[in-house]
Amino acid sequence: MGTAVKLLLIVWSAHAFAEGYGVSAVARLGSGGGSLSGERHFLAQSPTFAVGHTPTPEHLKAIDIEVTPDGGGLAPGAGTAAEGKDVYTRRCETCHGPTGKEGPQDILVGGRGSLNTDSPLKTVGSYWPYATTLWDYIRRAMPFDHPGTLTADEIYGVTAYVLFMNGIVGERDVVDQTTLPRIRMPNRDGFVADPRPDVPVRKK
Amino acid sequence: MQRSRRWFLRAGALWSSAIVACRGKTGTPPPAAEPKAIGAAVSPYGSRSRFENAGRYFNQNTKVPLEEAASRTPLHDTYGIITPSSLHFERHHSGVPEIDPATHTLTIHGLVDRPLVFTVDELKRLPSISRIHFLECSGNSGGEWRGGSTESDVQRIHGLTSCSEWTGVPLALLLRECGIQPKATWILAEGADASKHARSIPIGKAMGDAMVAYGQNGEPLRPEQGYPLRLFLPGWEGNTNVKWLRRLKALDRPAMTREETSKYTDLMADGRARQFTFDMEPKSLITRPSGGDTLPGPGFYEVTGLAWSGRGTIAKVDVTTDGGATWKAADLQSPVLPRAHTRFRFAWRWDGHDALIASRCTDDTGYTQPPLPELIEVRGMNSQYHNNGIQVWKVASSGTITNGNRG
Repeated sequence: MGTAVKLLLIVWSAHAFAEGYGVSAVARLGSGGGSLSGERHFLAQSPTFAVGHTPTPEHLKAIDIEVTPDGGGLAPGAGTAAEGKDVYTRRCETCHGPTGKEGPQDILVGGRGSLNTDSPLKTVGSYWPYATTLWDYIRRAMPFDHPGTLTADEIYGVTAYVLFMNGIVGERDVVDQTTLPRIRMPNRDGFVADPRPDVPVRKK
Repeated sequence: MQRSRRWFLRAGALWSSAIVACRGKTGTPPPAAEPKAIGAAVSPYGSRSRFENAGRYFNQNTKVPLEEAASRTPLHDTYGIITPSSLHFERHHSGVPEIDPATHTLTIHGLVDRPLVFTVDELKRLPSISRIHFLECSGNSGGEWRGGSTESDVQRIHGLTSCSEWTGVPLALLLRECGIQPKATWILAEGADASKHARSIPIGKAMGDAMVAYGQNGEPLRPEQGYPLRLFLPGWEGNTNVKWLRRLKALDRPAMTREETSKYTDLMADGRARQFTFDMEPKSLITRPSGGDTLPGPGFYEVTGLAWSGRGTIAKVDVTTDGGATWKAADLQSPVLPRAHTRFRFAWRWDGHDALIASRCTDDTGYTQPPLPELIEVRGMNSQYHNNGIQVWKVASSGTITNGNRG
């Protein structure tokens, strides 16, 4: 495809787009244009606008960090509460307290049975529906002042310790890629879909 | 503007009684001291007059680190519908990162035919849109859930909402360029901040009016608002509008991140929590006169405020000055835009007696903003998020105005 034709394509696409969110038309035109594919190895990859580039495996590995409830994304490794206690004491206790109940930051332990009272206490044990989220969040964001510095084994260990303090796993239970997604959290069924609007709607 | 400000003297201002006395005696303000020398030279980037000092409010006496705190817009001291970028509210989860746009990229991957990495410059080459939209934190006004708080002014109670013109690329365009697959039902959005803030967004919103924004009020995003890239989801709770956007991953289910399970979920009285409560429902506030103001005496006052709806366009704003016994329509200042702050005005002659004043809005879906007790009746007092109830201001015969939500 000649440069002039490509330019025309881009101008037409932009015009179609401006005509009112003609995104689907633009995308169809792009993906249907087989002539672009022959140039893909030296053109950028975005089919309509020829921008962007393919991520390298190394790039994706570095940023593809989320862990889902089925265990997808969990790194190899393992830990127990007994092993995680040391990590907790060194890296977590200052903010979350010696037993996870003292703060000054988020309370991690306790609160079971409090959610329908006047003083609800939302903790990992009373509120969090998935154990995998705990692993994800520790790797993603903790410790607050040095996120991303714990090893996979340390994350498994400290995850196990927080669950142990909540009475959800035993002190010697091994938490790893296989066992973590199988842990059933106490508040697993505590969430409902958004029913709003939930107050009277007065039609004018 | 200085003259109009004098109608509502901030409580505690030492000079207020002096000004009232001055106006009472002479009837006209003293003549301005006009400059007798040439002024300042041109400059590359402007700043406001040194006589103006409205600022964002944040509580410094708290255990919460200021890197994950919130700062609130001085709604009382803004005009029209656009919030100056410098006064846009903030809520960060691990501080404001400093990001070089030359090295920042946005990666789109997962259930797509062509995973792609875009530079910021590449995104700016693509067809763009600009839209004026509010952005409100779901925790805004949250202190009132217990039936009214002791907070007294509109900034501290309701300052987690702001409105800007946002410019960027429609997310749908980017997803189609990547060949989004039919089985993709959610998009995980993730920031480059220290805590890698992450939320899962339903595909309908992502392919609808969602935008990858790089502009705010005619210039690049402020660092506090996600420089150089943020996700913008018109009408949806603030934390889903992921700042410092680095990654979008197409999934066939939500990732169930900490923010969408243990954090931004709304606890009901029965102990169950509502999840994925994205819409910011219709809401309005009288911003002036409001808590903290003192009316100098009976007479004419223009009542003004803001209304907005995350589901559409404001159709009507009513104002009461008698505690809800009667409501009268306020004037809506154009432009009245979908999912944007809308300015309303109402002429009021105060008779000098105790008064309860409030506004309520109705949007084009037919929803009318409810009284706070009506929300509490349905949801209980533990919800923490998504309070869009009517704000009542109590005007005392002395002219002082306080939070009237406690009755």
